[in-house]
Amino acid sequence: MSRSNKLHSVAAIFDNPDKVIFAAEKVRDEGYKKFDVNTPYPIHGMDEAMGLGSSKIGFVTLFFGLFGGAFILLFMWWSLALSYPLFIGGKPFFSLPAFFPITFETAVLFACVSTFIALITVFFKLPFNNHPLHDTDYMKQVSVDKYGIYILLEDEKFDKDKIIELFNSLGASSTELIYQPKEEKYSMFQPKYLIFLVFLAVGTSASTYLMLNKLMYINPFNWMEFQEKLNPQESSLFFADRRSMRTPVNGTVARGFIPYPYKGIANPKEVLSNPTLPTTSFLKLGKKKYLTFCSPCHGNFGEGDSRLNGQFPNGPTFHSDKVRNFKDGMIYHIITNGQNSMSAYDRQISREERWAIVDYIRVLQRAKNAKNSDLEEIKKEPSTND
Amino acid sequence: MTNNDTGYIKRTLPKNVGKLGIILFLVGAITGSVGFFLDPARASYSYLNSYLFILSIAVGSLLLVAIEYAANATWSTPFRRMSEFLASSLPLLILLVIPLLLNIQNLFLWSHSEEVAKDHMLQAKSVYLNTPFFSVRVFVILLIWSLFYYLIVKNSRQQDETGDLLMTKKNNKLSIIFIPVFAITVTLQSIDWIMSLESRWFSTMFGVYLFAGITCSALAALTFISVMLKEKGYFHPKITKDHFYSLGTLMFVFICFWGYIAFSQYMLIWYGNLPEETFWFMQRWKGGWKIVSLFIIFGHFLVPFSVLLSHPSKTNFKKLKFISIWILAMHFIDLYWLIMPGMNGNGLNFSFSWMDISFLVATIGIIIYMFNRMFEKYNLIPVKDPKLQRGLDFHL
Ligand code: HEC
Repeated sequence: MSRSNKLHSVAAIFDNPDKVIFAAEKVRDEGYKKFDVNTPYPIHGMDEAMGLGSSKIGFVTLFFGLFGGAFILLFMWWSLALSYPLFIGGKPFFSLPAFFPITFETAVLFACVSTFIALITVFFKLPFNNHPLHDTDYMKQVSVDKYGIYILLEDEKFDKDKIIELFNSLGASSTELIYQPKEEKYSMFQPKYLIFLVFLAVGTSASTYLMLNKLMYINPFNWMEFQEKLNPQESSLFFADRRSMRTPVNGTVARGFIPYPYKGIANPKEVLSNPTLPTTSFLKLGKKKYLTFCSPCHGNFGEGDSRLNGQFPNGPTFHSDKVRNFKDGMIYHIITNGQNSMSAYDRQISREERWAIVDYIRVLQRAKNAKNSDLEEIKKEPSTND
Repeated sequence: MTNNDTGYIKRTLPKNVGKLGIILFLVGAITGSVGFFLDPARASYSYLNSYLFILSIAVGSLLLVAIEYAANATWSTPFRRMSEFLASSLPLLILLVIPLLLNIQNLFLWSHSEEVAKDHMLQAKSVYLNTPFFSVRVFVILLIWSLFYYLIVKNSRQQDETGDLLMTKKNNKLSIIFIPVFAITVTLQSIDWIMSLESRWFSTMFGVYLFAGITCSALAALTFISVMLKEKGYFHPKITKDHFYSLGTLMFVFICFWGYIAFSQYMLIWYGNLPEETFWFMQRWKGGWKIVSLFIIFGHFLVPFSVLLSHPSKTNFKKLKFISIWILAMHFIDLYWLIMPGMNGNGLNFSFSWMDISFLVATIGIIIYMFNRMFEKYNLIPVKDPKLQRGLDFHL
């Protein structure tokens, strides 16, 4: 490293740890602030001798430890209780005891890694790797078997000769002036460097590709890649007709599917009875589905005032005596099965939603045919806007 | 290797200390004996609670001494005598256990032959849990502990006169034997005295759990006494805050260890969710016990953890004194929480009795009295221990 003639610090070498502790105490007492000690191993009592307070790094650790713990707890809550709830051992989705170990581990991980990163970046100023002490006789000695102190130029009381005198009086075996290294600049865009980068990029990609796909491609097991099953539309030698897709046994019911007994019957003699309760939230669901699916033809209030302007036969009103006398199950039947020109809605609307629509139609009918006594009823109840 | 110039001057504690010990002991012992007449069942439980408290401090202190010898630690050498003093009630435990063995029928379901005849589980366990084997076990373990106490302390005291390095070496060997022996015996004691109170329950971690509590309480007792003596000027002037920092750190470590073990024991049982294990925790989550359980989570772990977390608080005498007394109290409450719900079989709600306190008072009296006696007779620091000077010079 070539040096400029700008001074960086004055350094002194001591032969044993007692001397360097004593020297550090004296340097501190003389009022120097910007100095540091280099020793081959940590020396007990040095913090106090140098007058260092307790390190601030603990706060970094504390903050990131707490942050990591809180983060992972929230993450587990979100992923295991909110976004993708899974039953594990019959425990509640958010079960704290099971999350504790992970919270603890993550808190420790965050604390350690952040402490390390903070140490090398904030405290050791990492990207800066050109410390003037590097490559000096002083550094060579203190990293083997000697103990050293140096006082920086920036110190308010800095005076080269006085410091050397002080060091000598403290029993230094040698002193050394340390100069700033000359600034050396390299251009980013030297052709050599760019070519090197290109080769590096191509080389790494090519070798990684070859390594992973050719040389190291070993399939430890293949029973997930090639499973013993037939995909739809595949042929099979097993059956005489060589089809892999078989017709299900009569009466097979698909998962989650409950067959509707009156499917395809135009005027069923009997219908289902309504299994639901008209709670507020259920009626709200019914209103939503009604406005989506039924209102274009039957009108927002079921009065048969279609918005389709004659492009399709208007749906009749629901306030006719006929519809008012329908059983709940009959309306359900019409939605499920369709009627003449009205098509079936069982594919678009789930069973529960169909019953909700039925309940909502009952509400519309009741509202159209309100009695005076209803007003009394409404007055009694606390008013709700919807 | 002799070292006489340690600057230690032997002094004695004020006369009142010994008297205080005797008075506390008498008050506790007399009220406690009355308790044995009025309600022998309750008194037995309260007695067991306090007995295990003094046992924790005594055998825990012996363990600290052994760890110091085994690890060749130097920073703690000036503190070793205090642990030796605190362990001095160990031989007394052989006498103190007699009332418990006389009341064995009041404590353990398995000691009733008619109950054992009814219960298949108890029959299966009766190979281990039967009165003769139990009593022999308890005496043998106490004798082993007292023997180690006697040997280690004898060597340590002899060194005060001769300064012989051989004593340190001997004690090093003794300690290395004692530590595994302690691990096994303390596990057996935890099973015998506490786990078998609810004879159907079992937890494989229970020995470690008690060990964690024992070590916490022994360290807390040591810290409290050394801080007191330091403040009053009895302790060596070269003992600095760095020494106390190390004590505080050790306490912090064992509080974390306790929390870790307590949680692990709970979590395994919670996860396994087997009725024969969970009932033990369920019972401690009912009625008044729920408050005690919550209090232990906060008081035995979170409070000491947060108080001892920061660097300066471990050198702050006020905080150290507060937290060591707090940890001792929490260990007592922890034992209470372990023992009392098993009273009269299961299902008894939380209840408090004056007897719980009177035996505790007697126990504290014994500890103070024994400490004072030892303090009068022997040096507070091992004056000729070859490690002493390095211990006094200890810096962070
Ligand atoms: C595409 C327009 C259209 C939609 C959408 C529609 N309907 Fe209809 N609906 C009709 C027509 C047209 C008729 C008369 C069919 C006939 O000739 O019997 C009808 C008839 C009915 C009837 C029988 C009325 C009677 O007097 O016989 C009911 C009940 C009914 N619809 C309910 C519903 C419900 C509930 C929905 C929403 C799920 C719905 N409809 C959606 C067009 C529609």
